[in-house]
Amino acid sequence: MSPITLRRFQHFKANRRGFWSLWIFLGIFFISIFAEGVANDKPLLVIFEGRLIFPIFETISETEFGGEFATEAEYRDEFVRELIENKGKIYWPLIRYSYDTINYDLPAAAPSYPTTENLLGTDDQGRDVVARLIYGFRISVLFGLVLTILSSIIGVAAGAVQGYFGGRVDILGQRFIEIWSGLPVLFLLIILSSFVEPNFWWLLIIMLLFSWMGLVGVVRAEFLRGRNLEYVRAARALGLRHSTIMMRHILPNAMVATMTFMPFILSGSITTLTALDFLGFGLPPGSPSLGELLAQGKANLHAPWLGIAGFSVIALQLSLLVFIGEAVRDAFDPRHNT
Amino acid sequence: MTLKERNVLLEVKELVKHFPITRGVFRREVGSVKAVDGISFDIHDRETLGLVGESGCGKSTAGRVILQLLPATSGNVIFKGRDLTSITKEELRKQRPQMQMIFQDPQDSLNPRMTVGSIVGEPLMEHQSLKTKERHERVEQLLNSVGLNPKFTNRYPHEFSGGQRQRIGIARALALSPDLIICDEPIAALDVSIQAQVINLLEDLQEEYGLTYLFISHDLSMIRHIADRVAVMYLGRIVELASSQSLYKTPLHPYTQALLSAVPIHDPKQERKRNRTILEGDVPSPSNPPSGCHFSTRCPKAEAKCFKEPPGWREVSKGHQVACHIV
Repeated sequence: MSPITLRRFQHFKANRRGFWSLWIFLGIFFISIFAEGVANDKPLLVIFEGRLIFPIFETISETEFGGEFATEAEYRDEFVRELIENKGKIYWPLIRYSYDTINYDLPAAAPSYPTTENLLGTDDQGRDVVARLIYGFRISVLFGLVLTILSSIIGVAAGAVQGYFGGRVDILGQRFIEIWSGLPVLFLLIILSSFVEPNFWWLLIIMLLFSWMGLVGVVRAEFLRGRNLEYVRAARALGLRHSTIMMRHILPNAMVATMTFMPFILSGSITTLTALDFLGFGLPPGSPSLGELLAQGKANLHAPWLGIAGFSVIALQLSLLVFIGEAVRDAFDPRHNT
Repeated sequence: MTLKERNVLLEVKELVKHFPITRGVFRREVGSVKAVDGISFDIHDRETLGLVGESGCGKSTAGRVILQLLPATSGNVIFKGRDLTSITKEELRKQRPQMQMIFQDPQDSLNPRMTVGSIVGEPLMEHQSLKTKERHERVEQLLNSVGLNPKFTNRYPHEFSGGQRQRIGIARALALSPDLIICDEPIAALDVSIQAQVINLLEDLQEEYGLTYLFISHDLSMIRHIADRVAVMYLGRIVELASSQSLYKTPLHPYTQALLSAVPIHDPKQERKRNRTILEGDVPSPSNPPSGCHFSTRCPKAEAKCFKEPPGWREVSKGHQVACHIV
């Protein structure tokens, strides 16, 4: 690690709030990656007649446990449970509901209030809110991460080409971006998502069309400055390829600005996805999504646990990302590194 | 071997570089800065041509245009029989190893994020297919030849002094065994005590590798020391071109005379006695140079003709050329 990177890392660590936010965020994200093992309607492990079965990874029919149906065993079913527990043992995950498991045994009409069975209650279709929050958190962070990485790659490339070559390329590119960014993104997303059945990847591509422009400005500025640096001139005099000069000599200068922007792009992407889901133009129906939970909270004001749970998770998620972003920005601030 | 018998390595013909001045939304061209306004000269194999002039006269621009780092407005640069202004970009890139540049400020011309080894090895990686080990050996050999410890390959430029950094820059320029090196004020950013070391190094390397230099500088005494022939530039044009000996002994152009009279003499007694030519006024703007002779506005000997007609290029004695009406 070069000394400047080390110093930046130390500055980042010195910002306690950002540093702890990063750890908390990583912790929650780590748990949510293994959502199937935390909240699932299938057991983690079944020991049946001395045989080890992992229902999450394999499909076992009910008849194998001595049941009647040849379809996959319904482990939550009392009949199946008794069959297995007579000759073995069931180890459940922490939460016995997956994001789409419907609890038919509710104390009240759905959305039902929090109980020991459903810690944050259920939504209007009788699905466990905690399970949906865990899966929803994962899908929104993954969506945000993929979108951030892809739009950064495109944005950095576009900014680099415009700044490095300048002149006509730059002017045409800038005018294009001005027009493109003037399009009403949310409306277009809504119109486009009425043409295609929006799934994770469709939404990603549609949003990528508009989100790559965020970084173009800073990267372009950095390249406009960088192309006149003496060592870049020297590199040209050495007869290096344009791509080599851009990658090796100018891009490292632009990376600071890019790194600083990334956490904010991430939180922006998550917000956009949540907004679309809230409006009902996002992920397909039935998907676990924070925005959809908020929409349910709005539709069911008599069930405040929906809105409060959704709001708290989104607020926590975005706050953590903003705190991390601030810490990264301060760590990269050249005024600290003198 | 006299200069005349050697081959011409580089021929510059009527080279012009104008930077357009644009205004308004449609970037209408309203004028141009005439940085280089038609210069011509030859450089022979293994020769050092000094290019002197005050700051802003276009000498650095001339160097950059010759290397095609900036596109020429018009004119030709013929290097080893090929016109660099008309070949394709890819051909030019292939030609680059044969002509290199040493930059003024070693602080700026070395990438601060790269180690010395990768800076010097970069041109090798780009233009030659050496194995990693061979490349390392070549880098060490290059560092050795410029008087740096080869163990320094893993250090960064900021760990070196100015003189050492300039040696790294020289090693990089030498990496591809070029024929021509354009030295763009290579010593201007260095301490006086280091300047002589770098100049001696350049001279030694010239002898060892048979290099040809175009040495751009404003330091007249340094040019006298290193150059075989000297071209004096004023406001985008060459006013006098002669062998170093002849130019310093008998400067013909009034501008050259004024420049030389500004060089202090070591003996204070002589210094006090001597008659110095002091130029009045400032250098005119290169976007609006005087008509006729560019120097006419400040020339102590200017006549009516000087303000109207640009002076032609005349060979006064063998190898001593000058552009002046009066001489």
